[in-house]
Amino acid sequence: MAKFDAEARAGLSLIAPPFLYAALILAAPILTILAYSFLTDGYLEIIGDFTWANYAQVFTDPIVRTVMLRSLMVAAIVTLATVLTAFPIAYYVSFMVRPERKAMWLFLITIPFWTSYLIRVFLWKVILGYNGVVNSSLTGLGIIDEPLTFILYNVNAIVMTLAHAYAPFAILPIFVALEKIDRSLLEAGRDLGESRAMTFWRVTLPLAMPGVIAATLIVFIPTIGDYVTPEVIGGGKIPMIANLIQVQMLALDNRPLGSALAVTAMVIVALVSLLFLFLNRRFLKVRQ
Amino acid sequence: MTEAMIACKGVHKYYGDYHALRGIDLTIRAGEFFSLLGPSGCGKTTLLRTIAGFEDISQGVVLIDGRDMGDVPANKRPTNMVFQSYAIFPHLTVAQNVAFGLRRDPRSKADKAAAVEEALTMVGLKGYGARSAHALSGGQRQRVALARALILKPKVLLLDEPLSALDRKMREQMQVELIKLQRQVGITFVLVTHDQEEALVMSDRIAVMFEGEIAQLDGPEALYARPATRRVADFIGVMNFLPARILSESASTVTVEVAGLGQVELPERQISRADPDDDGPMIGFRPETMTLLGPGATHSQPRETDATIDEVVYYGDMTYYDLRLDGAEALDGKARPVRISMRNVFGRDVQEVGTRTRLAWSPGSLVLFR
Repeated sequence: MAKFDAEARAGLSLIAPPFLYAALILAAPILTILAYSFLTDGYLEIIGDFTWANYAQVFTDPIVRTVMLRSLMVAAIVTLATVLTAFPIAYYVSFMVRPERKAMWLFLITIPFWTSYLIRVFLWKVILGYNGVVNSSLTGLGIIDEPLTFILYNVNAIVMTLAHAYAPFAILPIFVALEKIDRSLLEAGRDLGESRAMTFWRVTLPLAMPGVIAATLIVFIPTIGDYVTPEVIGGGKIPMIANLIQVQMLALDNRPLGSALAVTAMVIVALVSLLFLFLNRRFLKVRQ
Repeated sequence: MTEAMIACKGVHKYYGDYHALRGIDLTIRAGEFFSLLGPSGCGKTTLLRTIAGFEDISQGVVLIDGRDMGDVPANKRPTNMVFQSYAIFPHLTVAQNVAFGLRRDPRSKADKAAAVEEALTMVGLKGYGARSAHALSGGQRQRVALARALILKPKVLLLDEPLSALDRKMREQMQVELIKLQRQVGITFVLVTHDQEEALVMSDRIAVMFEGEIAQLDGPEALYARPATRRVADFIGVMNFLPARILSESASTVTVEVAGLGQVELPERQISRADPDDDGPMIGFRPETMTLLGPGATHSQPRETDATIDEVVYYGDMTYYDLRLDGAEALDGKARPVRISMRNVFGRDVQEVGTRTRLAWSPGSLVLFR
C-alpha cells in the first residue's frame, strides 16, 4: 500500500471527525437495519440465524405490494402537485417581486416551518374533515347539501396535506435556479422573435430544470416514506409503506420483517431516483 | 441623402422621477454605421433598448423603416441585438444558438442548417456548430451573438457595448471585423459605446450624449476637429484648455487674448459653446496641432510661443510633452500645463524635462468655447 504523504495525512485528519460522525449517525443505523433484515424472528425475541425469509415475504405478500405501489403513487402525485404549484410561486418571487422584497417573500414562504409538522397535519384534518372548515363553510353557504367526501380520509386528502407541507422544499430550489438565469437571455429570446410564452418554453424552463429536478427529488424521497400524514389524515385506513414498517417494528414486534421492508423501500426509492436522474440527463440535456 | 432607417422624434423616458431621455430627435440613415457615444448613465443604452423595444417610451415616437413602433413588441421589430453580456443560451450548442430565431422559418431543416453554417463562416466560426456554448471564449461568444442576430437579416443590428468585455488586442481586431461585416451585409448598425476611440474608428456618424440629451451629432472628423461644446471636446480625445478674454467682436470674427498664446482672431466656424459651469471663455486645441521645435529649428507656422518642458512621456511611436507656456498664468494666476504630442521620427531626439523650448502653431487649429 502506498504511504500517505503529509498532504494526504492532513486531509484525512481533517475529514476524520465528520466521517466518524456520519458513520455513527448514518451508516450505523442503516447497517443495523440491514443486519436485522437477515435475521429470524422468534416470539418477542430475535434469533441470530441468517435467513432470506423476510425478503421472500416482502416480495410475495400482496399487502406489501399494494402498500408499496400506493406509496409510490402517492409520492408521485404529491411530487407532481407540489412541483407544479411551486413553479409559479418561485417564478413569481424571482421575476415579479422587487429585489428588495424577495428576502421577505422567502421568509413568508418558510413560515409554515415554524409550526410542528404534526400540528400542521392536524390542522389540515380540521380544514378537510367531515365537520371541517371546508365542509361546514360550503354547507353553511348552501352550496352543498352533504359534506364533500372526496377530501376525507383518502388519498386526495393525503396528497393535499403533503403537497402543502413540502411546498417550500420545492419552491426554494426552483427559485434559486430561476434567480441564476441571466435576464438578458430572456430579452435575447424576445429579440430573436419569440413571444413571452415561447421564450419561457425555450429559455426559462430548460434553464430552470436543474431546480425542478432538485425539487422533484427533495419532495419525492421524503414523501414516499411519510408516516404522520397517512396515519392522521388517512385515518389509518390507507397505510403507506412507513405505516407498515411501524406496524411490523412496534405493534407486531417483527423487527426482521420490518427491517426487510425498510431496506426494500430504501432500495426502491434509490432506484426510482437514479432512473429519474438518468432520464433527465439523457433527454433534457441539463447542463449548467 | 439616403432614406431614414430609424427616426426618433421627441423621445422622452422617465424612470419614476428620473428623466433618462430628454427629448431625443435623431435620424439614422439606412446602411450606416451609427454610434451612440457617452459616459455611463447618459441614456445611450436606454435609447438603444427603446429602439429594440425592451423599454417603453414615456413620450415621443420611434419609427423604424417608416413604421411607428409604438405598439410593436420587441419580438416583432425588424431589429436584432448583440447584448453586452452576449446572452448566449448556455443550454444550447453554438449551432442551436445561431438557429434560435429560425423556428418559424419555413425553410427545410437542411436549408436552415446550411444558413447556420454560412452565418458561422461569416463570423469566422466555421465548424464550431456542435460545440457547447459555455466552452467558448469571450470573443467567440460575441461572434456567435453576431451570427445569431445576422442570420435573421434584420433591418437594424443593435450592438450594446459589444467590445467592452474583450482585451485590447481582441477589441481592435473585432472593430475592424465589425466594419468589414457591416459593409458586407449592408445592414444599419447602431452601436452603443462609452469608448470614444472605438466610436471614432468604427462609425459613419456619432451622436454624443450627455444626461439624456444629444450634445452633438456628426461624422468622426467633424466631431474631433469641431466639437460643438466644450464638454464634447473634453470627452472626445485629448484637448488642452486655456482661459481666454474676449477683446472685440465683429460680425464674423472674435478677437481674444489667450493666456500664453497672445492675441488671436478667430472666424465664426472656430467658435463653439462653453459649458454652463465654465468660468468664462476658453480656448481649446488638440495635442497634435502644435509642433515642438528643437534648438535652431525653423518652421512655416504663423505663430511661435516659448515654453518649458515639465514632463516627458515616451510611448514608442509618440512622445507626450507636458509644457508650461510662458505667460499661461497671466489671465487668472493659475499655471496650466498643456499637453503636446509629437510623432517620433528617426534622427530627432526626444527633448528632456526642464528644457526651454518653442512651440509653433496656427490660430486655425484653435477652438473658442464661449
